[in-house]
Amino acid sequence: MNQDPDNLAWRIGGPQGGGINRIARLFARACASLGAEVICRREYHSNIMGRHSYNDVLMASSPLSCHRESTDVLVSFDAETLCRHAQSVTASGMILYSDHDADIQLDQLPYLDERLRDHISARLSSKRLPPSTQGLLQMVGQRGVTAIGVPYQRLLSEIGEELGLPKKRVSATLNMLAVAISAALLKMSEPQLLNAMETTFVDKAEIIRMNRQVVVNAYQYVLEHLEQPSVSMPSNRSSGRRLLLNATQSVALGKLAAGMGFQSYYPISPATDESTYLEAHAEIRLTNGDAVGPLVLQVEDELAAINMASGAALTGARCATATSGPGFSLMAEGLGWAGMNEVPLVVTLYQRGGPSTGMPTRTDQADLLFALHAGHGEFPRIVLASGDVASCFNDAAQAFDYAERYQMPVIHMLDKALTSTLQTVPVFQMPNRRIERGELGAAHAQGIERFALTPSGLSPRPLLGQVAGQHWSTGVEHSEQGQVTEDPVLRERMMEKRAQKLALAAAEIPLSEQFEVLGDERAAFTVFTWGSNKGAVLDAIRRLSTAGIRARLVQLRLLWPFPTEAVRQLLETAAPSVIIECSYSAQLDLLFQQQIGAGCDHQVVKYSGRPISGEALVAALQSIQAGEAESRIVLRNPYE
Amino acid sequence: MKHDTIKASLSFKNYRSDYANDWCAGCGDHGILRALQKALADLGLARDQTAVFGGIGCSGKTPYYLNTCGIHTLHGRVLSFAAGAKLANPALNVIAVGGDGDGLSIGGGHFVNSGRRNLDMLYIMFNNGVYGLTKGQPAPTLRIGERTKSMAHSNIQGYVNPVALALVSGYTWIGRGYAYDVPALSVLISAAMRHPGMAFLDVLQPCPKYNDLHTKDWYAGKLYSLQEDGYQALISADTDVAMIQQVYNQAMARAQECEERIAVGVFLHDVSRPDFQTQLQAMQSAYGDSTPCRQPVTDANGRSMVDISPLLEELKVR
Repeated sequence: MNQDPDNLAWRIGGPQGGGINRIARLFARACASLGAEVICRREYHSNIMGRHSYNDVLMASSPLSCHRESTDVLVSFDAETLCRHAQSVTASGMILYSDHDADIQLDQLPYLDERLRDHISARLSSKRLPPSTQGLLQMVGQRGVTAIGVPYQRLLSEIGEELGLPKKRVSATLNMLAVAISAALLKMSEPQLLNAMETTFVDKAEIIRMNRQVVVNAYQYVLEHLEQPSVSMPSNRSSGRRLLLNATQSVALGKLAAGMGFQSYYPISPATDESTYLEAHAEIRLTNGDAVGPLVLQVEDELAAINMASGAALTGARCATATSGPGFSLMAEGLGWAGMNEVPLVVTLYQRGGPSTGMPTRTDQADLLFALHAGHGEFPRIVLASGDVASCFNDAAQAFDYAERYQMPVIHMLDKALTSTLQTVPVFQMPNRRIERGELGAAHAQGIERFALTPSGLSPRPLLGQVAGQHWSTGVEHSEQGQVTEDPVLRERMMEKRAQKLALAAAEIPLSEQFEVLGDERAAFTVFTWGSNKGAVLDAIRRLSTAGIRARLVQLRLLWPFPTEAVRQLLETAAPSVIIECSYSAQLDLLFQQQIGAGCDHQVVKYSGRPISGEALVAALQSIQAGEAESRIVLRNPYE
Repeated sequence: MKHDTIKASLSFKNYRSDYANDWCAGCGDHGILRALQKALADLGLARDQTAVFGGIGCSGKTPYYLNTCGIHTLHGRVLSFAAGAKLANPALNVIAVGGDGDGLSIGGGHFVNSGRRNLDMLYIMFNNGVYGLTKGQPAPTLRIGERTKSMAHSNIQGYVNPVALALVSGYTWIGRGYAYDVPALSVLISAAMRHPGMAFLDVLQPCPKYNDLHTKDWYAGKLYSLQEDGYQALISADTDVAMIQQVYNQAMARAQECEERIAVGVFLHDVSRPDFQTQLQAMQSAYGDSTPCRQPVTDANGRSMVDISPLLEELKVR
């Protein structure tokens, strides 16, 4: 493993609750301020304090689409971080660790998984090295990795003395100290780091004062004690105005731009961040200066969340809820009610590792078929999936247009990997299209038929509280007036009417909104995927092209109604064809078989709860291209 | 209920729909429906500004028989749908109705949390002790040891007292009525609707088909009016702490009477606490003028009217 020539990967790891995520964001912001493009990955346990978490900041001079599994710099606060990540450091890379962790026995680490401890011990033993961090550092040193034991505690004491504060008080700046040392080693300008630090801790004068001293001392320490490493930051600078944000923020901004009026939710990882961001930013302005704001409400459970949103949608507000697997399971009955009553409702589904509680903070794409089928009986729904942080903005906004146009629930799918990806993207522009509100509050006389049978399947949509808009809605099979019927013929007509709307959506939604073909569009080597794998595939295709291998990516956005004919044609021209998915069963391939009658030649899956990287994918794709691969490839990484 | 509701001059007959009623003859539901129609007429509520939400079960069919907006929801979820509509359109008059099984068993979580929220709406529980539509299984209001005619064994699960649960859950108006006393019930419904907060009305009703224990004869002579008994239910802004405690203690004691004497009337009428929407508006001032159903979405050209640039500014790389 050597550093990629055009990018630099930086990783920070330590016990959860110690501010690792915040300091990584600070570092990413500093890198972006310097003109770098960044993409950051976050891995953490379902735990408040103590368990291992880490963040990656990958920086380059041109836009990035995917994290790396290897890293060039590792900043470690504890021995467990060394155990988990030392072997992922590239040969020319460096490790900055606390000098207190220089010789810790592996069996002294309570949170280090037994499987990983045994794995590392066996490797050390085979090299006749002791089962300790000392042995581990020697082992990676043999590969050329530079490991620097930093006297963090001594440096903190000195900082405390200079500030006239007790060491206990300044120990909270340990993260900043470690970041500043790595920044100095990478020759990041001191003012830029200070600027990012002050932006992060705005309104916290005491912390800013301490951190200023920390930065000064860190740069001084590096100058006096350390040699410049062989890794370095990318030198070219991006220009242009950019945002640094993650997918939950991107979705939230899309919902606001779409004029969302109501969102109800119940806290669940990793969906909660979107709702709490919306709560904190709910007071916004219209272009005419008026203050407005969606009502974003935490309710008692996911049953209430989806049903309140449905109830609110009956009044004409644009409504949504946001959840993850277990919550979505609870929402299945409510989803059916929305389908039966033709309620425009957006459900943002952040997939996480399942089944059951599964892995709440890890990624998965195993809810695809569930999203397509959730709920008993048959009712139409639209399912779309975002592939990257930037597209979440438009997708979240357009989900409301689909919902109102076709009067049905829309499930907007993301995954945990995308959710916690923090990335620089060009500043969002407001969608340049007319907002589609469908038959909302359609003009009508007395005797409105809410479920009138029409050729398109779309009926007038009177609203609760609309003058002369009195009507009935019901989850029971109903007449045009919304009253109970068990008449077999009317039942058939209502089933056909609801199904007709889905056919209308399939016919009307342009191909450009159904999927994208990326990479080398003329290549026969075709990778089909959906969701956050997009970035990994694009990265892999870029890496393949340097080896002279051409490939194209078909990134599916609209998963239901499924773009059957278009995908069939792409599949027919694909040689070889590959499905990429973070699941055990490659559900997209199952869907291909159901819709097209044929699947792909190869499945590349990963179900460890960690995202696929371009770095790992490229080897799999190379072996497929060379005709040397099995039909099913499982991507694995024991250190993630 | 807000006082600025559009007034309509209608008789109770105008609140009847022409949809054929399929409740059993003699069912208490008929009395509750009549009382509702009378209350709606007495209050003069506009039919297009009034939404009645039903749960699942016989009682859940009530919206079909009312000539207002009617929404037949899911088992146990009626309060969620109703709350969503009320939050999105606060001008709407919202009534939720459902059975005791719907509200206390499958919907128990929503029952408690709706009390906490104190939204300005009314929840009427049709309390007959059994699941009628599924042929007489015990509801959570049936006492331990009781056995109605279609049960294979006596009930071995304890019971929930709806009024007592409402008291500890935060409902600010709590009443109990009797389905066969339509005039008194209609007065209670009107009073509950006028209350600016979350009102809960427990309505005792025989199920002539499946509850052969709590029959019309069983109820005869047991019911007495709290208000005629001199009971004081009001808590106003200047009621002192000791008095508030006394009202709650009394309400709890009277709620528990359920064998020889059963209280009907108003147990609690607490106007000292702000309703949810008042609190919401204090927290989020735009909510008052731009309730979710009125939030502008598009300009004349169909483009978004929202200006997200201040949020983008926060996220910009500097």
